Amino acid sequence: MAKAAKKTAAKKAPAKKTVAKKPVAKRAKTTRRKTALDRRESSDRRIAPKTAKRSSAKAERRTKAARRATPRRKAADRRTVAKRGASQKPTFMGWRRKNGRVGVRNHVIILPLDDLSNAACEAVANNIKGTMAIPHPYGRLQFGEDLELHFRTLIGTGSNPNVAAVVVIGIEPEWTGRVVRGIAKTGKPVMGFAIEQNGDHQTIADASRVAKEYVQAASELQREKCSVKDLWVSVKCGESDTTSGLASNPTVGNFIDKMDAWGATTCFGETSEITGAELNCQKRGKTMAVGAKFMKTWQAYMDEVIEPYKTDDLSDSQPTKGNIEGGLTTIEEKAFGNLEKIGKKTSYIDVLGPAEAPRKGPGLYFMDTSSAAAECVTLQAAAGFVVHLFPTGQGNIIGNPIEPVIKLTANPRTVRTMSEHVDFDCSGILRREMTLGKAGDGLIDMTIRTCNGRLTAAEALGHNEFVLTKLYRSA
Amino acid sequence: MAAPHFLVHEKKDSVGVVVVEGVRKGQMLTGWLMQGNKTLRMKCLHDIPIGHKVALNPIAKDDTVIKYGHDIGKCVAAVKKGGHVHTHNLKTKRW
Repeated sequence: MAKAAKKTAAKKAPAKKTVAKKPVAKRAKTTRRKTALDRRESSDRRIAPKTAKRSSAKAERRTKAARRATPRRKAADRRTVAKRGASQKPTFMGWRRKNGRVGVRNHVIILPLDDLSNAACEAVANNIKGTMAIPHPYGRLQFGEDLELHFRTLIGTGSNPNVAAVVVIGIEPEWTGRVVRGIAKTGKPVMGFAIEQNGDHQTIADASRVAKEYVQAASELQREKCSVKDLWVSVKCGESDTTSGLASNPTVGNFIDKMDAWGATTCFGETSEITGAELNCQKRGKTMAVGAKFMKTWQAYMDEVIEPYKTDDLSDSQPTKGNIEGGLTTIEEKAFGNLEKIGKKTSYIDVLGPAEAPRKGPGLYFMDTSSAAAECVTLQAAAGFVVHLFPTGQGNIIGNPIEPVIKLTANPRTVRTMSEHVDFDCSGILRREMTLGKAGDGLIDMTIRTCNGRLTAAEALGHNEFVLTKLYRSA
Repeated sequence: MAAPHFLVHEKKDSVGVVVVEGVRKGQMLTGWLMQGNKTLRMKCLHDIPIGHKVALNPIAKDDTVIKYGHDIGKCVAAVKKGGHVHTHNLKTKRW
């Protein structure tokens, strides 16, 4: 099997032997895609000059537009200087990938197919500075819908535009190859390695050589000026309390209302946590059909998961112990607070399966996800979202390896006791010192700064929670 | 005005949310009704932690508790105006 894989790989990419300096390096490869060297050459030749031209033209256009817009705004809105500045449609500096999507981070990831390959991935990431392993506990003996979700999540993670290049390591070549082929559709450099018939040592050596080329090539890619239309933002709250529903979730809602009008792509989820407000959520569908699709998704979760396993308050799981400590009492109360995140005007235009990428263009999407923070954000990142807004009450500290998670809170106690986790403090709303509009503008500003490269609290603190959603027991 | 002790989402609501730390039994509280931007005043009957709810009117057993203008569950033990509303007297109607 390894031999066959070797042959296919060699046939597919006969000209790419440049990277594999030693003939042994071929052994573990299952699929060979563009090498870093090729990519660098081609980018020097073709992409770089075009990019420069395009961005300078865009910049010029925007300056003119901005100049035109400024005097009008001055006359119309003289009261708050900060608001005027922040409410303008912002731009950010991102990496435009070959498939047209824009990333705000430039990671080279070492992605295991399965639990068995975590050690090799971590060894490669340790060898090659600037790469990141994303270990996880699954990938063996899954089947059916659960297996499909596993592949969709791994392929989606590798395909996310925050990722510049991917090394995939799996125990055997077949499924490893499937992940590699999935990611390769984006046009980014990706290569797979299988451990069987090679062992950890050989695999780590081979994968490290490629990872080094990838990370060097990625380090030369340049950011360019991008419009909010290129920005995909996901939202999900956690360890919510009553201040979430009063202020931090409405701040995200204000953000969504403004960004939606500017053509951003946004996503909310948390199927179980809409319970109590499901009819209100249904009404927020753009069309009756989309609303009905949401209700079907929600009802299926109720029937298949909640009904067979439920207890009173789901054994204090929904609301969580933290929610209750923070003053939330029932799931209904939590749900109405949760729904504040989608703003007052914005309607969702489609309902996505877990880790499913949006296909209907810019707008707000609902995704069928768990309400557990890391599971939800992992699925949203796998669907292609590049920056996440995470309102918290009691102080959920979650991060994600590839999608920066911006944390905001309105709870003054959390601001006081956990300030290192808070990117944006909107507790002023509760003291009547800050309007919701101003808070929304502040959050837009923090999001743009994050997109431009500011590390979030979670990134600086090393929060890399990557949690796969598992639908049922493995075979 | 000074920072309020509690906030209320909508006019119809039967509960408000304490948004400052250290609210004590017997304290006179100032509230902000966000819908319509009104100021409320009320005496508090218990020590209420930040984030927890306070009853705006007497709530009888089996009454529906309203917040966000919506049903957030049923009252399982009567509460007086200014009383603490939480898991001991409010339960979900769902699971």
